[in-house]
Amino acid sequence: MQPYKKHESIAALMNRSNVDTDQIIPKQFLKKVERSGFGKHLFHDWRFNDDGSDNAEFELNKAVFKGAKILVVGDNFGCGSSREHAPWAIADYGFNTIISTSYADIFFNNCFKNGILPIKVEKELLDSLMAEIAVNEGVRFTVDLENQKVSTPAGNDFSFDIDPFRKENLLNGLDDIGLTLKHVEQIDRYEAKHRQTFPWLWA
Amino acid sequence: MKKTMYEKIWDSHLVVDPVGQAPLLYVDRHLMHEVTSPQAFEGLRLAKRKVRNPHSILATMDHCVPTKNRELPIADPIARKQIEVMAENCRDNGLNLYDMKNPNNGVIHVVVPEHGFVHPGMVVVCGDSHTATHGAFGSLAFGIGTSEVEHVMATQTLPQKKSKTMRVQVNGQLSKYCSAKDIALAIIGKIGTAGGTGYVIEYAGDAVKALTMEGRMTLCNMAIEAGARAGLVAPDEKTYEYLKGREYAPAGANWDLALAYWQSLPSDEGAEFDAVVTLDAADIAPQVSWGTSPEQVVGVNGLVPSPESFDNEIKRKACESALAYMGLTPNTKITDIPIDFVFIGSCTNGRIEDFRIAAEITRGTKVAKGVTAIAVPGSYQVKHQAEQEGLDRIFIDAGWEWRDPGCSMCLAMNGDELKKGQRSASTSNRNFEGRQGKGGRTHLVSPAMAAAAAAAGHFVDIRTFN
Repeated sequence: MQPYKKHESIAALMNRSNVDTDQIIPKQFLKKVERSGFGKHLFHDWRFNDDGSDNAEFELNKAVFKGAKILVVGDNFGCGSSREHAPWAIADYGFNTIISTSYADIFFNNCFKNGILPIKVEKELLDSLMAEIAVNEGVRFTVDLENQKVSTPAGNDFSFDIDPFRKENLLNGLDDIGLTLKHVEQIDRYEAKHRQTFPWLWA
Repeated sequence: MKKTMYEKIWDSHLVVDPVGQAPLLYVDRHLMHEVTSPQAFEGLRLAKRKVRNPHSILATMDHCVPTKNRELPIADPIARKQIEVMAENCRDNGLNLYDMKNPNNGVIHVVVPEHGFVHPGMVVVCGDSHTATHGAFGSLAFGIGTSEVEHVMATQTLPQKKSKTMRVQVNGQLSKYCSAKDIALAIIGKIGTAGGTGYVIEYAGDAVKALTMEGRMTLCNMAIEAGARAGLVAPDEKTYEYLKGREYAPAGANWDLALAYWQSLPSDEGAEFDAVVTLDAADIAPQVSWGTSPEQVVGVNGLVPSPESFDNEIKRKACESALAYMGLTPNTKITDIPIDFVFIGSCTNGRIEDFRIAAEITRGTKVAKGVTAIAVPGSYQVKHQAEQEGLDRIFIDAGWEWRDPGCSMCLAMNGDELKKGQRSASTSNRNFEGRQGKGGRTHLVSPAMAAAAAAAGHFVDIRTFN
């Protein structure tokens, strides 16, 4: 996983709520056995017309949003299926930051495992950020994870909360499994006790 | 201190709570299917790690498998590869796999209870959001991503943040032909698809206690559709009776030990929940979803709503786009909506009692002209049981297709799907855009409602259907 660095990037706007993971990456792309290459299918059913051409109506197809690393989107983003193909597709497409009021639980967890920072903001602030993009498409926001700050040209600057453990992992590009295995002795001890407490699970 | 069931399971599974890191929770059971696991095995291989406890894993093939002509090779080469990779991964790591040809094969969340693999008080995970199903046994069961699948295989633990607790109290008694599915949809209609985000739900009340184990599975299955991490029902005599004698259930002296633990699990009298939601079962009519989110649902006697009827802008906009996608006009009677396709099956409603009630409604009817109806048992065991009871004949005589088990049209990965513009009555769990095929329009209902719709060609109130 790449370490998450401070960056100034185009913020793309998708003013939709309850965007589910079936939309983020439709099921016909879930049959692959690799982790890579899902970006070209991101939002497939919205992004492309039936003949495979770009759907000009779809937000992310606007030229001004090309190269965006920040996705600003409505409530309850990533609901539905647990498929990690959704954050794989988002990251592979080039986004590393999402800003919304709320996320579905599994999707939120999956983001951190894939170098994506999902930022939660209040509804009013989200409205202001969306309005700023709407009047100035192609505007660039600065995201500073180290200091937990986002700044924007129109002055919609804000600080955000993040779990300190997750922050460290993102900043350092650390693998969760490696961190957990530092506690392997505790796991061994717990498991020995588990065998005694729940012998029927080991029969 | 008085504890909820969730807190009891949490406390007994906490391995370590390191400073500056998320607490590590021990995982008792790990369920697996072919779609969300291959990249996890790849990760293990690349890091030269091993599966820590192969015996904690039960795997099946369900998402991509054909539900007919299963003796033929899978036509889609990418799906075939995924199935082959699953078999290889399970063989290489010594895992118990119910492959496509195995008589135990079926949808993971149907197969696992059939074998008694999940018990009360366990922590259970699977790379599948409908893992919440197993909360019906009073286990803490939740869906995880593929990176977490790899994490659990390597460490038997997961870093977890403690959830808040919500009690959903369903009082009173359901009316005849109303089911667990209707309760599940009514709850989501009430609290919304994000209403449970950050929570673990405990379902309680007389209407929940009165449900069979199958009904409780249906209810907990859709906890995720309310945004919750997991759903739980306190174990009771029905739970123990269901488990007794099954392959992976404890036996002999172990049964008594296990039972004592299970009986200690229900939330303490007076334990505090962070939120409480109350419904009266008598108020719940058979539910039909009208939109593209499970919260867009209404009683069968209701009307398709108009965007103006919503007081908040987000819901108004969501209603507008849902109606456009669904091809519906505001104020249409739900019972006037014609359908093209009926699907009974899935981890929500693919169990024996679902086919029993659907067969009871179907007996002596014919599938309406222009309607295709498929019955897809959740497992081979369900299929064989239904056949022993003669249910397959009832469906076939009425013009239904009687298929082999699999996820099938719940997510339409295996080729069973709606064509653009087709409208289904479906017993599955999600009515998202394109879920059952690009441009397909899904209405979520119970098995009884689906069976009645197949015969009538449109939705009907099952309570008055002859």
